[in-house]
Amino acid sequence: MKKILLAIFCFFILNKPSIALVEVDITRGNLDPLPIAVSPLYVDPGSVAIKQNEEIIENIGEEISKVIEVNFKRSGLFNPLSKESFVQKPDIAHIKPRFEDWKLIKAQALVTGKVTVTDDKLRAEFRLWDVVAAKEMIALAFSTTPENWRRVAHIISDKIYKRLTGEDGYFDTRIIYVSETGPKTQRYKKLAIMDQDGANVKYLTLGNELVLTPRFSPKNQLVTYLSYFRNLPRVYLLDIETGVQEVVGDFPGMTFAPRFSPDGKKIIMSFAKDGNSDIYTMNMETRVVERITDHTSIDTSPSYSPDGKFICFNSDRSGLQQIYVMRNDGSNVKRITFGKGLYGTPVWSPRGDLIAFTKVHKGRFYIGVMRPDGSGERLLTENYYQEAPSWSPNGRVLIFYRETKTDSKGEGFSAKLWSIDLTGYNERLIETETDGSDPSWSSLLSK
Amino acid sequence: MATLSLRKFLIVASACLFLTACATQKRSTGKMQGDVYTGSDTVEFLATGVKDRVFFATNKSTLTTASRDTLRKQAAYMRKQKKLKFTIEGHADERGTREYNLALGERRANAVKDYLMTYGISGSRLNVISYGKERPVNSGSSPLAWSQNRRSVTVKAQ
Repeated sequence: MKKILLAIFCFFILNKPSIALVEVDITRGNLDPLPIAVSPLYVDPGSVAIKQNEEIIENIGEEISKVIEVNFKRSGLFNPLSKESFVQKPDIAHIKPRFEDWKLIKAQALVTGKVTVTDDKLRAEFRLWDVVAAKEMIALAFSTTPENWRRVAHIISDKIYKRLTGEDGYFDTRIIYVSETGPKTQRYKKLAIMDQDGANVKYLTLGNELVLTPRFSPKNQLVTYLSYFRNLPRVYLLDIETGVQEVVGDFPGMTFAPRFSPDGKKIIMSFAKDGNSDIYTMNMETRVVERITDHTSIDTSPSYSPDGKFICFNSDRSGLQQIYVMRNDGSNVKRITFGKGLYGTPVWSPRGDLIAFTKVHKGRFYIGVMRPDGSGERLLTENYYQEAPSWSPNGRVLIFYRETKTDSKGEGFSAKLWSIDLTGYNERLIETETDGSDPSWSSLLSK
Repeated sequence: MATLSLRKFLIVASACLFLTACATQKRSTGKMQGDVYTGSDTVEFLATGVKDRVFFATNKSTLTTASRDTLRKQAAYMRKQKKLKFTIEGHADERGTREYNLALGERRANAVKDYLMTYGISGSRLNVISYGKERPVNSGSSPLAWSQNRRSVTVKAQ
């Protein structure tokens, strides 16, 4: 595993607060994305070339700006303008932009920067300019190792996103998912991890056994998932850095549907015994196992509230699959879904104010959100089959997977990762090398 | 030739089944009653006359009359083959969420295990595993395909 530790020393080149005229309204989705010009970062002439995968990156400044542009475009909140229309050269623009030139191409915000690469260090600085007010809004610099250049681009994206929207970004994050190949009746599944924009894919298991539902720990170093190793479906823990795997607990039957508690100390999961699935937790430090639900129905897909005080889960105790909320000790169980259809896979938003879920109604699958008391249900997307939403760390975007209907010969199956904004706008396919399912979004790698 | 004539016989037989089913059951097609699969495509045999699988209704784990008949034959076979152990695989169709389907598959496999135990088969000879929706036999996206995938399969343990 590549070192994800990034030495950041970020200092303010200029630290005077400016009055921003440029603002992004994030409540409305992508109806009116902000026109932004991302100038290629000026490459310091003394820089050495970066080699990656046997290829030499010609212009690292341009590559970084492209990664930033893709992030902005995919967010749906920004409209990165075509570089062909840029008049000013990157080096001069970074020192003092000619705002009239940028106004002419209708840019409201401008990003400029400079990058210096030595053998073992990459230093990048950027400035965000308010074109309308002709002012600098933020200026920062970062240092890291040259092979980590994409992370620098993501961190810059996050800083700009935060400056313009007032909320934390989600670009310096990763997605863990299940990579799928082979026919529908015999899928080969591997754990895979990638940057949120699909770059840097790595496969963490070989595909020898079925693996499902990986989820990050809050600190992103550990992953809990279900593995059919030796035909014994059990919850496992994987350290991404070291590759060390271990079974979670010693249960005499299938354990599944794992997730971490918000403090990262416990794993909550279902344990199936004699046809009955209940929810359990295991403290990873003390190894203490606690039974949380005790009901003859299927209780599964548990997810903690961000403060750790409550748990949402789905149960068919009413006859059909519905969503319930209870205290973290299993008391005070309350059903929150009463709409038409089945409800499953509840997952609490990192902000705590919403629960995302999958709804099945009249043979169609929906991803939706509702408040933790079940009110305010809003369905964001509808399809033949889709489920398992996972929140971006800022609670703005949901990632999930979608499977296609096969044709009359049973062919044409695929499973793909998709994302959609909380607003219900900006639905996007996330390109992966293979088919993919069960995505889980990490928290921000650098804060 | 033998297989060909057998196939012909099956086609005729299933056609007859289709016709009679249409005549008697309003909600059934040739291979389904309600939404439980009643045909014999995909079915394999543990021994002559002993079917390896039973089928379930959507989101249900109740055993139908036909299922109980199949399982009594499995139990009889198991009583004769005292040294053999068996694995009961529980499966679900693709129309549910993954985690719920894992639990549902486990519930179905246990319904079968419980029934076999009431016919004298020791629980220690019966291992249960759920595959949820992970291992469909029919890759189709039709009610018939789903009904074939909502199943529990008894296999000889290795």
